[in-house]
Amino acid sequence: MITRRNLMISAAFAGTVTMTGGVAFAQEDDKIKVGVLHSLSGTMAISETTLKDTVLMLIEEQNKKGGINGKMLEAVVVDPASDWPLFAEKARELISVDKVDVIFGCWTSVSRKSVLPVLEELNGLLFYPVQYEGEESSRNVFYTGAAPNQQAIPAVDYFLNELGVEKFALLGTDYVYPRTTNNILEAYLKDKGIAKEDIFVNYTPFGQSDWSKIVSDVKALGADGKKVGVISTINGDANIGFYKELAASGITADDIPVVAFSVGEEELSGLGQADLKNLVGQLAAWNYFESADTPENAEFIKTWHAYTGDDSRVTNDPMEATYIGFNMWVNAVKEKGTTDIDTIIAAMPGQEFPNLTGTTAKMLPNHHLTKPVLIGEIQEDGQFDIISQTDPVPGDAWTDYLPESAVLKSDWPGLDCGMYNTQTKTCVQKKSNY
Amino acid sequence: MHKLFIWLAIAVMLACPVRAQDTSPQSGSVTSAPAPTGLGAILADNAQKIARPSRMTIGPVIDEIAASGPGASRFLQAWADKRVGLRESDDAVFIIKRVGQDYALSDPVTGEDAGTAPRSEIKEVKPNSGVRALIGAALVKFLLSDPDPSKRREALQAIERDGEASHLAPLRASIPDETDPKIKAEKQRLERLLTIRFGKESAERIAAIESFGSDTGLDLRGTLNPLVATRRSAFAGAPEGNVADELKPGRDISDAEAYALLVEAKMAPARISASEVQRALAAHVVNGQVGGLPLSEMSDPKAREQAYAALAKAGEVPQRLTDAEAQKLVEAHSYADIYAEPDPDVTAAAEAGLTRVSRQVSLMQGADLGLDALSLASIYFLAAIGLAITFGVMRVINMAHGEFITMGAYTGYVVQLFVPDKTLSVLVALPLAFAITFGAGVAMERLVIRYLYKRPLETLLASFGISIALQQLFKNIFGTQARPLTSPPWLEGALQFNDIVSISYIRIAIFVLALVFLALYLWVMRRTRLGLEVRAVTQNPSMAASMGINPDRINMLAFGFGSGIAGIAGVAIGLFAKVTSEMGQDYIVQSFMTVVVGGVGSIFGTLAGATLIGGLQKSIEWLNPSNTLAAQTYMILFIIIFIQFRPRGIIALKGRAAGD
Amino acid sequence: MKPGFLSKNPSVLWFLAILACFTLVITLLSHAYGPGVISTSMVKTLGKTLCLCLIAIAMDLVWGYTGILSLGHFAFFGLGGYMIGMWLMYERTRDIVLASAGDFPMTQQEVRDAIGTQIFGVVGGSDLPAIWTFAGSLPMQLLFVVLVPGLLALIFGWLAFRSRVTGVYLSILTQAMTLALSLYLFQNESGLRGNNGLSGLQNIPGLAADQDHSSVWFLWASAFALALGYVLSAAIVSGKFGSVIRGIRDDEARVRFLGYPVEGYKLFVFTLTAVIAAIAGALYYPQAGIINPGEMAPIASIYLAVWVAIGGRGRLYGAVMGAFFVSIVSSWFTGGRVPDLPLGFYTVKWVDWWQVLLGLSFVLVTLLAPKGLSGLVDLLAHIRSPRRGGTPMGPDQGSLQQEEARE
Repeated sequence: MITRRNLMISAAFAGTVTMTGGVAFAQEDDKIKVGVLHSLSGTMAISETTLKDTVLMLIEEQNKKGGINGKMLEAVVVDPASDWPLFAEKARELISVDKVDVIFGCWTSVSRKSVLPVLEELNGLLFYPVQYEGEESSRNVFYTGAAPNQQAIPAVDYFLNELGVEKFALLGTDYVYPRTTNNILEAYLKDKGIAKEDIFVNYTPFGQSDWSKIVSDVKALGADGKKVGVISTINGDANIGFYKELAASGITADDIPVVAFSVGEEELSGLGQADLKNLVGQLAAWNYFESADTPENAEFIKTWHAYTGDDSRVTNDPMEATYIGFNMWVNAVKEKGTTDIDTIIAAMPGQEFPNLTGTTAKMLPNHHLTKPVLIGEIQEDGQFDIISQTDPVPGDAWTDYLPESAVLKSDWPGLDCGMYNTQTKTCVQKKSNY
Repeated sequence: MHKLFIWLAIAVMLACPVRAQDTSPQSGSVTSAPAPTGLGAILADNAQKIARPSRMTIGPVIDEIAASGPGASRFLQAWADKRVGLRESDDAVFIIKRVGQDYALSDPVTGEDAGTAPRSEIKEVKPNSGVRALIGAALVKFLLSDPDPSKRREALQAIERDGEASHLAPLRASIPDETDPKIKAEKQRLERLLTIRFGKESAERIAAIESFGSDTGLDLRGTLNPLVATRRSAFAGAPEGNVADELKPGRDISDAEAYALLVEAKMAPARISASEVQRALAAHVVNGQVGGLPLSEMSDPKAREQAYAALAKAGEVPQRLTDAEAQKLVEAHSYADIYAEPDPDVTAAAEAGLTRVSRQVSLMQGADLGLDALSLASIYFLAAIGLAITFGVMRVINMAHGEFITMGAYTGYVVQLFVPDKTLSVLVALPLAFAITFGAGVAMERLVIRYLYKRPLETLLASFGISIALQQLFKNIFGTQARPLTSPPWLEGALQFNDIVSISYIRIAIFVLALVFLALYLWVMRRTRLGLEVRAVTQNPSMAASMGINPDRINMLAFGFGSGIAGIAGVAIGLFAKVTSEMGQDYIVQSFMTVVVGGVGSIFGTLAGATLIGGLQKSIEWLNPSNTLAAQTYMILFIIIFIQFRPRGIIALKGRAAGD
Repeated sequence: MKPGFLSKNPSVLWFLAILACFTLVITLLSHAYGPGVISTSMVKTLGKTLCLCLIAIAMDLVWGYTGILSLGHFAFFGLGGYMIGMWLMYERTRDIVLASAGDFPMTQQEVRDAIGTQIFGVVGGSDLPAIWTFAGSLPMQLLFVVLVPGLLALIFGWLAFRSRVTGVYLSILTQAMTLALSLYLFQNESGLRGNNGLSGLQNIPGLAADQDHSSVWFLWASAFALALGYVLSAAIVSGKFGSVIRGIRDDEARVRFLGYPVEGYKLFVFTLTAVIAAIAGALYYPQAGIINPGEMAPIASIYLAVWVAIGGRGRLYGAVMGAFFVSIVSSWFTGGRVPDLPLGFYTVKWVDWWQVLLGLSFVLVTLLAPKGLSGLVDLLAHIRSPRRGGTPMGPDQGSLQQEEARE
């Protein structure tokens, strides 16, 4: 019995000892604490570990420059292990125990939704670096990834205008980002005069590997003589099976173009040369490609390779989003001379920082960024050939293409509201409804 | 960065002249364009458009170039192949070729050598695939009679993708001189397809439709379907145009749909929706009253109706149509589906043609689905066959079976790192994967499983522990990214029976592999001493031991054999899907179900189980094509219910072999 | 409860006393009622751990005592969470909707529509599915917490036990059940927000208290439920009923030949444990804050079996110890606070190696210490297993009831 009590007590206190240490000194300490909330194990580790490394690299670089206003940065890395409730728990720990000044983290929408209530309750600050489905604007979150109008809509426009696609197959993994994005796209396409029958939607589970039926379904769509295009929100490694099947069935980009929103340099590295050869010309839409030809990007890639000690490590869009978010935060802290959350939240909108593709990102009052939309064609070496780049597009928290959202807008400095109904002129909610 | 800025600047500066040109009449047809002054002049005028082409605007330029005479075909081909460059200093257009770090330039008009230029001075022109398709269409007339057969094929492909009325004449002209019989047949087929679409006489179009009989080609259906495409509209009197179907409200379409059609045709006012009523009422609150009713009553829909009616009577809001009035409007009009194609004979022929092929098409689709199901079944079987030994025969629940699959796949990946030749590497990887997982299986049996034969449920726990440890170990070694495992070139592509039925070679290879392993299993278990001893040991270990069989050794070998097959399955699965540390997890539950549904202890049961599960999953997918997840859910539900009624699986062992 | 129950089961009193002390200490050290030595996130973790202990007791009842290795009890746990989560989301959203409504009164339908839009907007829907009909009523949803998982267990158990599915087959079947349920809930069409699940559950509508307080209250509630569950389970396994179910575990056929309705007993235990699991889930998810179908993946239920195995089957306190120990150690290791272990040639980062350690410890416990952690209690209390020569006592040597184990 004693053993058990000892166990409990040691377990309970092992955690708290370090915590109390943190509480006492956090304020006087000369360090600025940066929380990193990315999964290092579990299914999402594949994508999120890269971002953890990115944040650590940025912190190291910043410290080389002498930190911020003489204070050094210190990273607090935790592992929420791809477990959504654990994200909330770890966020609470970061804010209330480690007293971090800012958190960089989350990848999936579920994890963000899990963290949101904690951030709003404890007044934390999160930079979220991944393209997402929109329909959200929290006071405590800055969204440095793309909203649908910064990725999905321009890509569809490209399909409609440049490729003359008349019939769409929206293929996605069954979770919230594809669901919402496809809903918005369906509404948008109907708006553009595409009939309901000409939009084929399919959802597959995470990690789907058997694509033969779906690929032949897509092929069969061509039976009514209209040009077919695929909009893929297939997530993660399910893409590998999909592209392999696509390549095997002999469908080229000229027959049925595929534009993907979740396929980047990282995902392509899971495909061999032979498969890539068959995918040349297929598209991806992002706000950044590693192949962007700018000095900033060259510098970023060089630092990344030096930091990881691996020249074959690719860079990707969420890394750029992390880079922009981190630097904007650094600038805001420099300007205000404090890391106080409310001051920084107020100082963020209007911040500008050059992105890695040759334009400037600006933080908007709705806590989203302006971002250029790039469309790239897959090349044989697993990189993307940028064939189209727009001017920076302002991110839209609430889409204009769904009737319920079209009346909503977000403006934190102006209206102090993230979900303002322009029709009834009321703030629907100040805190998010997760 | 600088380069980009310069480019943006140039683009902006030059946008103005380009705009100016845009305003000139764009009829698009070659004849009405001003007489071309030669290719060189056109290129000079349109350099910017050529450098950054958009499908929306480039059409007239391509037509001009195509009509410009000599050099046009060469330039268009180079342009489509991304072999055109723009000299940054003076916007001169060249056909370029990479030579080391430089470009060799040649004149686009004459094709003469124009020296070389360093890469920094030339901007490559990269038309997107939409523009390339336009260029391809314009090239058709040049390439149809090209001496190079591959060029002729290219032209035919361009027609297939983007056929135009203008292609018909050159295509017809090129057929008699065609030497290659295959291309000739293709040309004739395309000619008939184009005739259906663009033929002038309805007789020739109908003849072309009928000439196809019950051909199931995708291109034919792609040609016929637009002919029978219809539009639904409302008419004040009798329907006009080529009527496909008259629709009666209440029978063919609902009243609401009919009313929506009326609104669309501006023959009826849009109905005021409940939310509009609410907004109108909210805007007319006077002293806590709306239309004479207190505000607090407005939570009752009936009171809202009343209040709105009162306001409408007072003329403050627009009148609301009653249901009866709406119904009257609906009844006063007629509705019909109208063909877009005006010629009724052609649409009738097209409908007939489609009906002819529709049965064929659904049969073919069934066949394709059958192939998919067979392929999925063979994958499940391959993944489960190792379990059929360890679980089916030895009754050991090995939760780490999935990780043995992963181990095999990673073996393949590592082999490919060292052996670049894909064929050779796969040939090496298969036995190596078997050897490695055989070793791992033997080690696991010796260290863990053998102590737990009397506690079958606990092998589940112990092997689960091994499973999560191995998974994390893979992550630590290989990282979390998916790793490439590439199939040899002769397994690329698909076996195409026709436009509908096809199956990729890699799936066929997996199918063959599954059959080979079925045969191997049967041979080992039924024809070799090892098989005999395995069967003896599993039925009665002590009796087997007293007959001079060493049960320890047999268990070890059998477990290793089962694990080794899992390793080979891993290589095969990795070839067609992905290689990650978690790939084994995707198969483990399915594999157990395959074995249980089929009947533990019988390989033919496992085969039947895999066929049932694969077939079932595909048929549910066919019923609900938009949701693959649902198919998996219902399949598992089916399995649960199935086991309730046949707890021993499809093929239940009887008698002493059943073991209990 | 017969008189003498407590004296026959001294562990119950011990357990209750330790649980009470534990709760008291945590409360007094918490932010809300003390100096705040233990952070609110720690209180939440401990509260959740108590719920996990409760489901571990359920697992012990069904596996350690009755011998049914169910790999699907997390399905019931999750269902319980979903049922209470529906009420939490609905009520909270209704408060938001009413607060933002303005002066013009809304009709019933408008309120429902607005709630639907708010809840399902994120997954691209706006209609409130039929299963949300009673979401506005707390008593109904509380009833569902018990009823829905209970009915599912009853139907599933009846079908499975009736057709004599036993042993490994039953394990795989229960695993299939939880897999099917989680896949079903993953679909948007299931009406429970698919992969996103229900979130923000830690904010209890109508409760003005902050998280510091409410998390301590939930700790109390979890401790109370655990105590109740423990006493109930101890009462069940100590009487004649307990002897019968242990008999079923050791030799089902013999018990049947003795004239006991084996299926009935099994069905009762299966359903009862499902209900206990559901109650544990209903207490767990408001503390976790979010529930999504991933929680019901088969692996969760396998972990549950592992906790019980590590703690020691066939004793209720063993299950509690296993669940408590493994989940606390797990959260310690994944917290990134464990110092790295430099080996000279390689530095062991625990975030990377913790899973390997955990996996290997399952193997070792299964092989070497079938009694699990509670074997330590035996050592301390000098309880030794009777040395009975001949054949092993039962199919699961480790699963001995404490009385049987006494020499």
